[in-house]
Amino acid sequence: MARIDLTVDGAKVSDDVEPRMLLVQYLREKLGKTGTVIGCDTSNCGACTVHLDGRSVKSCNVLAVQASGHEVTTIEGLADTHEGGDLHPVQEAFRECHGLQCGFCTPGMIMQAVDLLAENPSPTEAEVREGMEGNLCRCTGYHNIVKSVLHASSSTAGGAQ
Amino acid sequence: MIPTQFEYLAPTSVEDALAALAQHGDEAKVIAGGQSLLPVLRMRLNAPEVVIDLGGIEGLRGVREDGDALVIGAMTTHHAVLHDPLVGQHAALLVKAEHQLADAQIRHRGTIGGALAHADPAGDLGAPSLALGAEFVIAGPGGTRTVAADDFFVDLFETAIAEGELLTEIRVPKHTGWGAHYEKFVRVAHQWPIVAVAAAVRVEGGTIAEARVGLTNMGSTPLRARAVEEALVGQPATEDAVATAAARAAEGTNPPSDLNGAADYRTHLAKVLTRRAVLAAAGA
Repeated sequence: MARIDLTVDGAKVSDDVEPRMLLVQYLREKLGKTGTVIGCDTSNCGACTVHLDGRSVKSCNVLAVQASGHEVTTIEGLADTHEGGDLHPVQEAFRECHGLQCGFCTPGMIMQAVDLLAENPSPTEAEVREGMEGNLCRCTGYHNIVKSVLHASSSTAGGAQ
Repeated sequence: MIPTQFEYLAPTSVEDALAALAQHGDEAKVIAGGQSLLPVLRMRLNAPEVVIDLGGIEGLRGVREDGDALVIGAMTTHHAVLHDPLVGQHAALLVKAEHQLADAQIRHRGTIGGALAHADPAGDLGAPSLALGAEFVIAGPGGTRTVAADDFFVDLFETAIAEGELLTEIRVPKHTGWGAHYEKFVRVAHQWPIVAVAAAVRVEGGTIAEARVGLTNMGSTPLRARAVEEALVGQPATEDAVATAAARAAEGTNPPSDLNGAADYRTHLAKVLTRRAVLAAAGA
C-alpha cells in the first residue's frame, strides 16, 4: 500500500491505496464521486476527464499515487469553482443547447470544454472540434456539443472560468 | 482493467532513479507521463514488479538554450513543448508534430522523453527528431552519454537506451528560420498516423538550400528519407520539382501491412504526403 495526500474538489483527502489503483477508481470507489465515469477504459474516449492541477487529464490513465500532492477537480466540484449559480457556465450551456442525449460522455465533455475555454476563451468552431477530439460521443454527432461550447464562450464574454 | 500488483517508487533525483534501476534490473519499468505505459499495464501486456516514476524529478522538466541547441528535459510535457517560445522559434517542426500528437488531455500528461523512449514506429516525435538531427542524452551508472538520432531508434519499441539507463534530455540543433510541416494521415481524429511525414527546409530566394525529411510508420523505426533530401537541394520550391523529389520517399523503407493499410498503400502515401509536407514547409 502507498500513502497518498491530495485535494479533491477543494477537500483534502488522505488514503492508503494499492499503487496500481487508477485515479478514476480512487475517485469513484474510495470517494464515491461517481460523477466521473469510466467509458472505454483504454484512454480513448475521454469520459473520465478530470482536472489535475488545473489541466484536463484522462483519469483512467493516471495512477492515484501519481496524483498525490496534487489538486484534482471533478465534474462534481466544478460548479464550486465558479462564483454564483448552481451550475458552472459550461454546464449551463450544455443544458441550454441540449448538448447531450444519453449523457454518459457529458462529464468528460464538460471538463474538457472548461479546459479548452480556459486556454482559448473565444474559440472558432474548428478550434472547438479540434480541442474536443479526445472526447467521444456516440449519440449526438457532436453538433450540439460544439454549439454548447461556443455558447459557453460567448455567454461568459471571454472566459468560462 | 487494472494493472497487476507492483511496487511503486518515486525518486526525486536522477541518481536515485538510476540506483532504483540498478537494484531492480529488468523487473522494473520506468514511467514518465504514463500515457503509453498505463494502457499497456492495464491490458496486462506487461507486468513489472516495480514501477519507477520520474514525475518527481523537477530537473528533468523544461526547455533551455545551450549555444546552437535547445535542450529539452525528458519529462517536459507535450503541452509544454507545444507552447514553449524557444521551441517555436528554433524548432518549429517539433511544434507542428506536437500539435497533432494524440489529444489535449494526453498532451497535458504525456512527455516528450517518454514518447521517444517508448519508440512506437507510429509515434509522432521520432520522424521530426530524426529530421532535426536531435541528440539523446542518456544517463547510466557510468555517467552520461549522447546518442545521435540516427543511432537512437534500433527497432520496434527498441532504442539505444540500455538496461539501467535513463533518457534525461533531448538536444535539438536550432533550425531558426527553417520552414517546417508535419503531414499526418489518419482515417479518424485522434488516431496514430497510418503514415506521416516531417519536413524542414531552408529556402533561399526560391531555391531549396537544405532539406530534412523524416517518415513515421514506414518501417520498424522512424526513418530519414535521404533520397528525397538529396534530390531537393538546389531545386526550386515549386510543385513539379518537389513532386519529382518526393517520388523517391519510399526508397529504403519497409512499411508494415495492417488493418489501416497495406504496405503498397503506405508506399503511395509516403510519396504524396512528402510532396505536401515539403511544399507546406517551403511555403509554396
